[in-house]
Amino acid sequence: MKKWLSLSLDIALLAALVAAPLYLSAYHLSLLGRFLAMAILSLGLCLVWGWSGILSLGQGVFWGLGAYILAMHLKLAALAPGDMPDFMMWSGLDHLPGWWTIFRHPAVALLGVLIVPTIAAAGLAWLVFNRRVSGVHFALITQALALAFATLLVSEQAYTGGFNGLTDFTTLFGRYIVDPSFQRSLYWITVVALTAAYLFCRWISHTNFGKILLAIRDGESRTRFLGYNPAGYKMIAFAIGGAFAGISGALYVLHVGVISPAMVGVVPSIEMVVAVAVGGRDSFIGVILGTLLVNFGKDWISSAMPEMWQFGIGLLFILVVTLLPKGLAGIPELRGQIAARFRRSAGAPALEAQTLAITQKN
Amino acid sequence: MQSPLLSVENVTVSFDGFNALDGMSLHLMPTSIRVLIGPNGAGKSTLLDTIIGNVRPASGRVVFKGEDITDLNEYKIVRRGICRKFQAPGTLENLSVEDNLNLAARPRRESWRSFGVGIASQVRARVERVLERTGLKEKRKSLAGQLSHGQKQWLEIGMVVSSDADLLLLDEPAAGMSLDESAQTAELIRSLSSDHSFLVIDHDMTFVEQLDAPVSVMHMGRMLKEGSLNEIQRDPQVISVYLGREKEVAVA
Amino acid sequence: MGHLVVFAGQIFNGISVASILLLTALGLALSFGLMNVINMAHGEMLMVGGYITYLTCRFVHGPGAFLLALGFSFVGSALLGAVLEVTVIRWLYGRPLDTLLATWGVSLILQQGARSLFGAIGVDVVAPPWLSGSVAIGRGPLAGLTLPSVRIFIIVLTIVVFALLLLFIARSRAGLFLRAVHQDREMAQALGVNTRWVDLLVFAAGTGVAGLAGTALALIAPVTPTVGQSYVVYAFLVVIVGGLGSLLGTALAALLVGLFSAGVQMFTSVSLADVLLLVLVVVFIQFRPRGIVFRRSRVMKEA
Repeated sequence: MKKWLSLSLDIALLAALVAAPLYLSAYHLSLLGRFLAMAILSLGLCLVWGWSGILSLGQGVFWGLGAYILAMHLKLAALAPGDMPDFMMWSGLDHLPGWWTIFRHPAVALLGVLIVPTIAAAGLAWLVFNRRVSGVHFALITQALALAFATLLVSEQAYTGGFNGLTDFTTLFGRYIVDPSFQRSLYWITVVALTAAYLFCRWISHTNFGKILLAIRDGESRTRFLGYNPAGYKMIAFAIGGAFAGISGALYVLHVGVISPAMVGVVPSIEMVVAVAVGGRDSFIGVILGTLLVNFGKDWISSAMPEMWQFGIGLLFILVVTLLPKGLAGIPELRGQIAARFRRSAGAPALEAQTLAITQKN
Repeated sequence: MQSPLLSVENVTVSFDGFNALDGMSLHLMPTSIRVLIGPNGAGKSTLLDTIIGNVRPASGRVVFKGEDITDLNEYKIVRRGICRKFQAPGTLENLSVEDNLNLAARPRRESWRSFGVGIASQVRARVERVLERTGLKEKRKSLAGQLSHGQKQWLEIGMVVSSDADLLLLDEPAAGMSLDESAQTAELIRSLSSDHSFLVIDHDMTFVEQLDAPVSVMHMGRMLKEGSLNEIQRDPQVISVYLGREKEVAVA
Repeated sequence: MGHLVVFAGQIFNGISVASILLLTALGLALSFGLMNVINMAHGEMLMVGGYITYLTCRFVHGPGAFLLALGFSFVGSALLGAVLEVTVIRWLYGRPLDTLLATWGVSLILQQGARSLFGAIGVDVVAPPWLSGSVAIGRGPLAGLTLPSVRIFIIVLTIVVFALLLLFIARSRAGLFLRAVHQDREMAQALGVNTRWVDLLVFAAGTGVAGLAGTALALIAPVTPTVGQSYVVYAFLVVIVGGLGSLLGTALAALLVGLFSAGVQMFTSVSLADVLLLVLVVVFIQFRPRGIVFRRSRVMKEA
């Protein structure tokens, strides 16, 4: 019954996404596209946080790596051969640095989008988890990472475009980005990528790997005493999260046509976590819906009443975390729990349980 | 002569200057049972902690199957064939009973080898046997978090058993069990001792008697006496250590 | 001016930065050690302290105004902290990551509140006349070095607060309860210690001290709605390096982080110093994953 329900929900959602160009305006479709790109990152966070219990407050870093690498490619593609981006000339550079030029080739750029965030995530995870640093400490370290990454991007203006970031893209693989047909294919590509990411997560959840992640989340040292090394599992999970973030960032750049440090720092990184918390941290479909909901909500509120957005998201965060730790996806379960509590408080069974406990002790 | 499966050699462990183990030694032969008793704070749990790598000794060493395992990582020690049941129930709450056992039983525990979906047939068979013996067959699909305390205790024992480790460390396996259940546990341990070695901590003398195995008494982080339960109970030193603290020994 | 003077000046700066870091981190370390809680709105306690100082100095005049502001900041931030503990943190006991997120929500609300009240642009607090000068060293190898009085004041304030806090924990009855709960919460509870009150008291005291840090910060930088956020990330790093709830470790870590930043900034940019600091922390935990001061105990790792 439950399986059937979740499957039909999946199919309904997919159908709604596929049919979206039919019922959404171009503006809203473009919003939907970029939020679906964000949902890929959320799926990664779901694995990392919901399944492995690792709270990352620096997911913006891996997202930003993917975004900046593709943006570098786009920037180079917009230039005549031999030219340099304007901000480099203003900063007095006389030639393109080597680590820029390699991304001129589309294949290298795509590979970079995939590999750089993955390796960065894996490297950090390896260093930290091997020393058994986790939980709150890890969250704080990733937050410091997000801060350092954003400051570095701002300060190294000659190489990163500084505060303004990278923008003014024209073509990708020879096609004009502003072209409506390109935007439409971009939407489809995003939907396909999200679906693939979703199926990947579903597959992971059925493997032994997925079960061991849950085991580590619930009892890290217990799992270690069963002969598993949690650091290795957590590193792989975190690397997957990094890869998803990188892909998400690259797609996002294509949707919005700009990337800047303000989009990757501490606050955006936390907002990524909010979306996942709202949807339900350990539900794959939940985090996709949560991401759409929070981002559309943000778009709506911050255009209507900009001041209210921060109050709103702050309050939302407090309420969801305290009252709905499993997010929106946890609501059906919640009803069952409340019902169970009522049944229990209705009398005899509680007493029975108590006597049972006493007899067991003796 | 047969060489011991496990040798704890002159191990000292200190916490903030206090020696929880103080020159402790113990030898355990393959396929044997040893019961560890001693007053509270004697260092029994710390000994198990040291064997499994949870606590690093200041001096001395632990040798398992002829190999020094003193400084190995916990998970590496476990992979060499030691498994431990802790005092507090440590089942994995959000996994089914079956998955709990599967994870304990899987021989391939490296992260990169865990991307399969199924469970190997010999693992499955072993888990099946454990489900049978622990009476958890009907509960196989329930989440471990939904089990009663007693069932969790059985599951925990089942996990240790299904690991198929050569040495099983059990910290108070019969705690919180009814008389019947603890008798069953003792029987399970005895029947498995043809293939495995056990080091069991328990206070319950009825249970210890049912195990019918040599007893080691620890006191102040050291080995006080080793012998049969009968010898131990008559030993004046043991009696003086226990007197007024744990009347079970004196009474039994 | 010789290299030595520049160097000494930089060390002095480092120590004064470390002082504010320590004032900020003390509350974090206390509540983390005691309740395993990280309060992400802790930085906003700094901000609140800063704004209280600004308001006090605007409406009260005379030489004592600034000292009054110190008192107000402490009380105001402590009260706010108490409210936060009772309304949010208490309900999330045993869920440290969720506490972290919920308090982040609180921090967003407080920041936006400050923005709505005072505007996004910072307000300036003018240091009182007795703090506006500087001490110049006229003789010896450090001749030519000038030490701003505000920074000296901040260092002295930190030393005084730290000493008072240590004294409070070591000598007072509440301090005894605190140590009891820190060692074994359940045992303390069984012995009749009201752990809820201890939690509340410690949390409020910690946020109050952060309010003092806000006052100190207001002397050297404008108070903005996000002033706390930019400081608190370093305070978090201090807590990580310092070790679980050890005040001595926190002090050492604050000094280390403050001096490191000041030192590195002599050779590179501020932002690169940030990155290097993070690298340092990651390298540091390779060797001391549990911080500078860590006590071995058996209860730590039961499965």
